[in-house]
Amino acid sequence: MLASMFDGIKAYLFSGKSTPGQADSIPASLFWALVYILLIFLGLSIAVIAMNWLERKILAHMQVRLGPMRVGPHGLLQPIADALKLLIKEDITPAAADKWVFWLAPLMVVITAFTVFIVVPFGPAHAVTDMNIGILFMLGVSSLSVLGIVMAGWASNSHYPLMGALRSSAQMVSYEIAMGLAVVSAVLMTSLNDKGTGTLSMIGIVQAQAAQHVWFVFKFFPLGLIAFFIFAVAMVAETNRAPFDLPEAESELTAGFHTEYSGFRWSLFFLAEYSAMIAVSSIAVTLWLGGWLRPFTDWLSGDTWDMVFALIPGLSLLFLAGMCFYSTTRMPKHPSFRIQTAGLAGFGVVLAAAGVLLFVPPVRAWVQDIFWFSAKVAVFMYLYIWYRGTFPRYRFDQLMKVGWKILLPIGIGVLVLTAIAGVFF
Amino acid sequence: MLMAPIGTIHYLVVAAALFILGVIGVLTRRNVVIVLMSIELILNAVNLNLVAFSRLWGLHGQVFAVFVITDAAAEAAVGLGILIAFFRNKETVNVDEVNLMKW
Amino acid sequence: MQPVATTFFFYMLSGLAILGGVLVITRKNAVHSALALILSLLALAGLYLMLYAPFVAGVQIILYAGGIMVLFLFVIMLVNLERSQKEEQFNQQWIAGLLAAAALGALFIAIYVKGQKLFPQRILQMPEESNTQQVAVLLYGNYMFSFEIASLLLLVAIIGAVVMAKKRI
Repeated sequence: MLASMFDGIKAYLFSGKSTPGQADSIPASLFWALVYILLIFLGLSIAVIAMNWLERKILAHMQVRLGPMRVGPHGLLQPIADALKLLIKEDITPAAADKWVFWLAPLMVVITAFTVFIVVPFGPAHAVTDMNIGILFMLGVSSLSVLGIVMAGWASNSHYPLMGALRSSAQMVSYEIAMGLAVVSAVLMTSLNDKGTGTLSMIGIVQAQAAQHVWFVFKFFPLGLIAFFIFAVAMVAETNRAPFDLPEAESELTAGFHTEYSGFRWSLFFLAEYSAMIAVSSIAVTLWLGGWLRPFTDWLSGDTWDMVFALIPGLSLLFLAGMCFYSTTRMPKHPSFRIQTAGLAGFGVVLAAAGVLLFVPPVRAWVQDIFWFSAKVAVFMYLYIWYRGTFPRYRFDQLMKVGWKILLPIGIGVLVLTAIAGVFF
Repeated sequence: MLMAPIGTIHYLVVAAALFILGVIGVLTRRNVVIVLMSIELILNAVNLNLVAFSRLWGLHGQVFAVFVITDAAAEAAVGLGILIAFFRNKETVNVDEVNLMKW
Repeated sequence: MQPVATTFFFYMLSGLAILGGVLVITRKNAVHSALALILSLLALAGLYLMLYAPFVAGVQIILYAGGIMVLFLFVIMLVNLERSQKEEQFNQQWIAGLLAAAALGALFIAIYVKGQKLFPQRILQMPEESNTQQVAVLLYGNYMFSFEIASLLLLVAIIGAVVMAKKRI
């Protein structure tokens, strides 16, 4: 019985089947879909915790200060302390608030933020499912998150959350249009093969980039670049991040839509915001930056270059471990810092072990796609934090002007020019 | 009929039920916004009918359904614009209060 | 891919859709009605998926649930219907309305019972992978004229809505 289960697991893992939906039997596909979903949950939670720490440290270093240094070695345990604090804080519901809608709003935002990860392709066989309308599904579910924000603002039964929610949802709806046009340009480029049929499925889009031997950001230069740029700006506005975070930053001045939420419910909004950031970055990476494909597949091809690029995941983890050991030597020599120093050294050892594990050939082959995809998404996360530290905030009317009067016409122009270029080249 | 394999008639019955619920909403509610939402319910029932039949007759039903959704968007926008203009004048959203041709 | 548990999903989704419909027409609070309508729309999107219409399902979620309902919620919040919740919810001719709806229901039952033998016997085998492509071929081929008219209609609706909601025309 156990042996047959192991055989089944090995048969699925090494069969190269595309997604859990194509496994051999219904219970098998259900089981593997659940495994993938659990992995995505774990990965997202770790990513959100890491993003919290990274945001505070990187912003701090950009502002020539140090950021959290006390809670763990170099503040590494700060996100865990924050999470614990939020969990044990009192959960206040305003007396005159609408109880059902107040309870439902953070739920809706979190559910939509997590559901988009069903179609995100971490590799040619590493998605929970490969819908034929993958990109349409992702855009639709992201547009449902606007509803959660509107409900949150209304249910709080107070002026400032209502205004914040209305402004935030107006902004998100406006920039969804620009996002949609940029996405349509990219999908148009998938149809430039000899059969003339494009595809809306996320895995199909990356495979089209592999078949055309060019990432769509470089196709029909500069059209792909402009479409990518429109999407990159619209996705920052879509997730209410700087420099488009007036509805959120109102909470520093007056209040935002999540002002009446405290404790665990606020952390749900926070979790949903970071997950939405990772989700739209995944869309950008899949559509324009070649998804899981390694850079320079054509110029630097051949077995030696493949081996060099295959070593990069392990080398990057070893580099992080090396930085941990270096900062261990720079920790203060006071006796009260011994535990922190030991912790940092232990963390470095764990990272080094993981790095060495990634050199082992079966693991090395298996982790390639996931690593390149995650590395590209990580670049986008760094860009998000960089924007927050650099750009001043847009005023609301300037924000709407950019969305409707600048990005929308450029998006339509890029779409028309891409279609013309696709016909003639 | 309940345990038969799901055929087109099942979807048509669901669409008819939604249509009747929408008609009841339009005819009996006083709140203009809820009347507009019942109209949306009616349009969705029609959409379900179209898509159910498109499985038998070809993809024309689905194309028509996309057009219906587009028209519903336009109608909702204009209807809500009228509602806002009306509310600004009379401060109520009761359908029974719309009883003057000009004020 | 083979469909799985069709009966269960059909009854669950249509139950949710009808429950949403009932809640829309009976709630006092307009925001609760709007949320019930969103539930109904999402259940209908699931039903479209079961009918092998993934493109219409995607369009329903993006446009209807994510666009039109946001518009409704905006207007409900701007209009601020606190006072209307304490008023009488159903108007005076509700009996006549129910009778008319019952007559309509009887008409539907008569049509479905008599007309069921007119349905074609076979269900068309439409491949699911190319549904969007085939809808696009029809939309930009046979129905090109309607497509252009629809875009004109949307333009007129935009201008109309802006003019209606302005403070001073």
